[in-house]
Amino acid sequence: MATTHVLPKLVGQRIKRREDPRLIQGRGTYVDDVKIVGMQHIAFKRSDIAHGRIRRLDVSVAKALEGVEAVFTGAQLAELIRPMPIGTPFPSPTHRAIAVDVVRYVGEAVAVVVARDRYVARDAVDAIVVEYEPLPAVVDLERAMTGQPAVIHADFPNNIALPQIASGTGVDASGKADDTKIDQAFAAADVVISQRMVNQRLVPNAMEPRGVVAHYEPGKGSLTMWSSTQNPHILRSMVAGMLGLGESQVRAIAPEVGGGFGAKINIYAEEYVAAAVSKALGLPVKWIEERTEAFVATTHGRDILGYVDLAATKDGKVLGLKLRLIADIGAYNMLLTAAIPTLTMLMANATYDIPAIRATLVEVFTNKTPTDAYRGAGRPEATYFVERAMDMLAAELRIDPAEVRRRNFIPSDKFPYATQMGAVYDSGDYEKALDVALAAAGWEALKAERDAARKQGRLVGLGLSMYVEVCGVGPSASLPTGGWEHAQVTVERDGRITAATGASPHGQGNETTFAQMLADQFGVPLEHVTILHGDTAVVKQGIGTFGSRSQAVGGTALVMAGARVKAKMAKFAGPLLEAHEADLVFENGIISVKGLPTSGKSFKDVASYAYVPVPLPEGLEPGLSEEAFFEPKNNTYPFGCHISMVEVDRQTGEPRLLKLVAVDDAGTLINPLIVEGQIHGGLAQGIGQALIEEAVYDEQGQLLTGSFMDYAMPRATDFPRFELQAMVTPTPVNPLGAKGVGEAGTLGSTPCLVAATVDALREFGVKHIDMSLRPEKLWRIIQGGRA
Amino acid sequence: MIPTGFEYERATSVADAVARLRASNGAAKLIAGGHSLVPLMKLRLSEPGRLIDIARIPELCGIRQVGDAIEIGAATVHHDVATSPLIATRCPMLAEAAAEIGDPQVRNRGTLGGSLAHADPSADYPAVILVLNATIHIVGPGGERVVQAATFFKDLLTVDLDPQEVIVSVRFKPVVSAGYAKLHQRASHYAIVGVAGVLDIQGGVVRSACVAVTGASTHAMRLSNVEHALAGQPLNDESIHKAASIAGAGVAVVNADVHASEEYRRAMIPVFTKRALEKARARSSA
Amino acid sequence: MSQVAIIVNGKARKADVEPRMLLVHVLREQFNLTGTHLGCDTSQCGACTVLVDGRSAKSCTIFAVQADGSEVTTIEGLATDGQLHPLQKGFWDAHGLQCGYCTPGMIMSAVTLLRDTPDPTEAQIREGIAGNLCRCTGYQHIVDAIQLAAGRR
Repeated sequence: MATTHVLPKLVGQRIKRREDPRLIQGRGTYVDDVKIVGMQHIAFKRSDIAHGRIRRLDVSVAKALEGVEAVFTGAQLAELIRPMPIGTPFPSPTHRAIAVDVVRYVGEAVAVVVARDRYVARDAVDAIVVEYEPLPAVVDLERAMTGQPAVIHADFPNNIALPQIASGTGVDASGKADDTKIDQAFAAADVVISQRMVNQRLVPNAMEPRGVVAHYEPGKGSLTMWSSTQNPHILRSMVAGMLGLGESQVRAIAPEVGGGFGAKINIYAEEYVAAAVSKALGLPVKWIEERTEAFVATTHGRDILGYVDLAATKDGKVLGLKLRLIADIGAYNMLLTAAIPTLTMLMANATYDIPAIRATLVEVFTNKTPTDAYRGAGRPEATYFVERAMDMLAAELRIDPAEVRRRNFIPSDKFPYATQMGAVYDSGDYEKALDVALAAAGWEALKAERDAARKQGRLVGLGLSMYVEVCGVGPSASLPTGGWEHAQVTVERDGRITAATGASPHGQGNETTFAQMLADQFGVPLEHVTILHGDTAVVKQGIGTFGSRSQAVGGTALVMAGARVKAKMAKFAGPLLEAHEADLVFENGIISVKGLPTSGKSFKDVASYAYVPVPLPEGLEPGLSEEAFFEPKNNTYPFGCHISMVEVDRQTGEPRLLKLVAVDDAGTLINPLIVEGQIHGGLAQGIGQALIEEAVYDEQGQLLTGSFMDYAMPRATDFPRFELQAMVTPTPVNPLGAKGVGEAGTLGSTPCLVAATVDALREFGVKHIDMSLRPEKLWRIIQGGRA
Repeated sequence: MIPTGFEYERATSVADAVARLRASNGAAKLIAGGHSLVPLMKLRLSEPGRLIDIARIPELCGIRQVGDAIEIGAATVHHDVATSPLIATRCPMLAEAAAEIGDPQVRNRGTLGGSLAHADPSADYPAVILVLNATIHIVGPGGERVVQAATFFKDLLTVDLDPQEVIVSVRFKPVVSAGYAKLHQRASHYAIVGVAGVLDIQGGVVRSACVAVTGASTHAMRLSNVEHALAGQPLNDESIHKAASIAGAGVAVVNADVHASEEYRRAMIPVFTKRALEKARARSSA
Repeated sequence: MSQVAIIVNGKARKADVEPRMLLVHVLREQFNLTGTHLGCDTSQCGACTVLVDGRSAKSCTIFAVQADGSEVTTIEGLATDGQLHPLQKGFWDAHGLQCGYCTPGMIMSAVTLLRDTPDPTEAQIREGIAGNLCRCTGYQHIVDAIQLAAGRR
């Protein structure tokens, strides 16, 4: 008879992370910590001009340096690997992993060096001589659309990467648009708000730069890769395709990954090149990105220009919205580049019931680093455009910004709610989120505080923003990489549980949250559950971690697989307990008959029996290991409300965040401690975008903010304590009720900080300020100019 | 980021350092904390053939009172200046400026002498050294010489220091009624504009003032028009405001970069002059 | 090549290095202490922070030859007798880390912070870690972690 020790339910508890003991002791293995005997280091010679034709490329001195194994030019590489693939069904120009004749952005690789160590590799890079015939740099987005001052890809006239697409009211499935309704909405309006807004280019800057180790073993004909990636399975498929290997010949490992934020979804030239070079030389190679290299070689985020028109009645009821989007995608399409701005279109409704909406999108090439996903990826842009317009409407009509929103919310009884943009919002209660936030912030008291500060001559303002985002991305129709996730759960012979997930966490804490769920599911201690991830040889299939999907999609796959194992285990336990399997309960490490807790068999004993089943129950195979693929029928749509208070220094224009209140509804929470951490991080990035972060290019296409010396990263001293409040509206889309939370913080915080700053400066007549809110920009407004 | 190769040696005394510099024929650079030099070397913007390490020369380290003056060894790190009780009581502006340099780790390694020798146009120390009328004590092949702060900073990254010379110490008469105020560049935390001000006050009247700006131009410089405007004036809001309002008017070349235009930098000089002077005034009455 | 002798985590170690080798590379590559990370080229991010002669320093901005004769403590040397350092415990308990990449450097900075200021205010904590960038946490739980550690000592 097993002894009973009552185990607490773990889902919903603030459990300390199981990842941490190794990380706080410096025992984690990141890609730069991987060493293989005979390993060579590779380094890239990169273009220092934005646009030009390679006239001369002399690698002879570099090749002759002591310790240099090989140097490959773009032309040599082109014989080893195919052009770079993308993950979206849009047309794309030929993109070589290493430039062959023309360079199209500062940072594009022109040669790769293989050397004994990183010191020699760096010396060799410096010894490579490149001469370019400079071509005009295409930097200004709207000028680029006229084909000026140059055309970057000959087969894409006027630098148009994606000719205008439209969606919303009156647009049919083929994209054909009927303007009647949208025109009527604007004709009927008492007031129309029109504003050009820039959602500026950002540099993702995960603290661990990218890196890869590629080890091709000629005797086996197989390749193992360690890469700082968010999705090892996609890496495996794509590298196999590029090198002409079968997927079974490639093993991809995402070891400890030091942050991704969307920028490690893309499969990069350096990963293909490392694999190709390792295969060509039969040697293991390592490439570790330097930070200044990361600034130009890793994809950027955002960079969407929006022309926003909002039509409303004098009571503040919105009648129509036009959103004309122009996305600066940089020099090439990367894995998901083309799809990101389409998410901005998808979310044009925001949290509002808007009778007529029209969104259009054009994507444009420029001589800049390509863009791709960055935390939020398209949704913060939509939130920003719509929320800023709502603020401008509130200001125009002199209605409280909370009130104008209240008058336009999608009512809570209308869910699921199909938007004109093609989304089906799963569940929500936006007015409640607003009310909770107003109460948490003390909105009326804050207004009084602001007004009192103003009387003293201080420039203090308040901002409020609603948001709704798309998370838990699936089904496959909405995600070109596949909109499912995979899991395998094994109950071992000793009763321990090993679970493998296709999610590939890199800071999200899924080793803990997933274990919490399985421990509850099987009624075993948390320590008895081990979560494996990030290795294609261990995890059979997977998509990866992005789009706030690990919990909602990956977590569901896991409990599905868990349920299958549990059902089979019950079949083994039933005969032992002389009970029907449906009457069994798994609790406190014991499987027992419902209502008879002392009658049970230990979980461990049943597990052992399943592996040495004498007798083998009729119709059962031995063993306890099951898998599942979960593909949700819909995305999830978390939402919330953020409120901030900002003070601007009247003399210097420096903005300072005084207060930030965030109410976030991510559905059911598995571990509130981890959820808070996710929200904090998102807030920091959203606030960073509003206040200090900006990739600034000059007219020659040089990145002026190309290191931490010039690109301001938020520091601890930039923030007050964030005040969080959770709200829980479960999603019906998955059995967990979890929606996802990784990106939420970046959505509401950004517009609400801009709103607060505009409010702080309202005595100067300003209605909108483009980000980042640099002190000089604000100072000019105070001086009587405009932003 | 990996520097080019170099030879490394350690000097055991100032005389030894000077001898080694001389022997290197211009190929060598001194290194103490290295927090100006190493970043440049990593970016390959500086490629010295030899480094002579002076960080551990005992005579170069420490903060001492010498008569009515304070002497700070050139290899003294910013943290020690920022937290020295002697500096905190006798010359709080200097502690304040030191505490605003970079970040804690930088302050644990970066040195006073290194900052002065490198003379980054946005460094904090030069403005403070100027308003303290400090003397910079230098030893070279010809022996020791003393340079007034006022003539030390020459131009962009250029100071009155021969490649074969070593800064040994900085000496100044401490003053309590002084302040440093700085507009931070949000990424690097260098000064977009930093102003240091010293007030000599007697009976509520400014006998003389010393004001200097860093970050604004090619190198730190005194704002003599502000000093003149304050001299002989009663110390009050109005005199400070009036004097500060003309700060920077005489500065011919004002920097412009991605963080701040020339116009903005110019406008910030009076703002931070006023803040520095107000701090000085508050300390004078404390 | 120069030979350097450094006491690393209490143990005398020697290495033959090129003078241009950065301390962080010697710690990582020659001494296999890979807990110290590299996050930038320009001395801003603090991921490489270790203690040099007892105080926090960016090991990417120090040549190993400069540290010859010094004592260096890395994250691996913080726990004693198998017991986590109070800061390590604090970071674990308060969820002061996510991806963990900045964590060793952040903890080493906090060691110096608490040595200088045993009972810091929140503002002092934020100042004390101003030389360390974290992209994941928004710093709030890091502040909590350091407060927790300070209270427990």
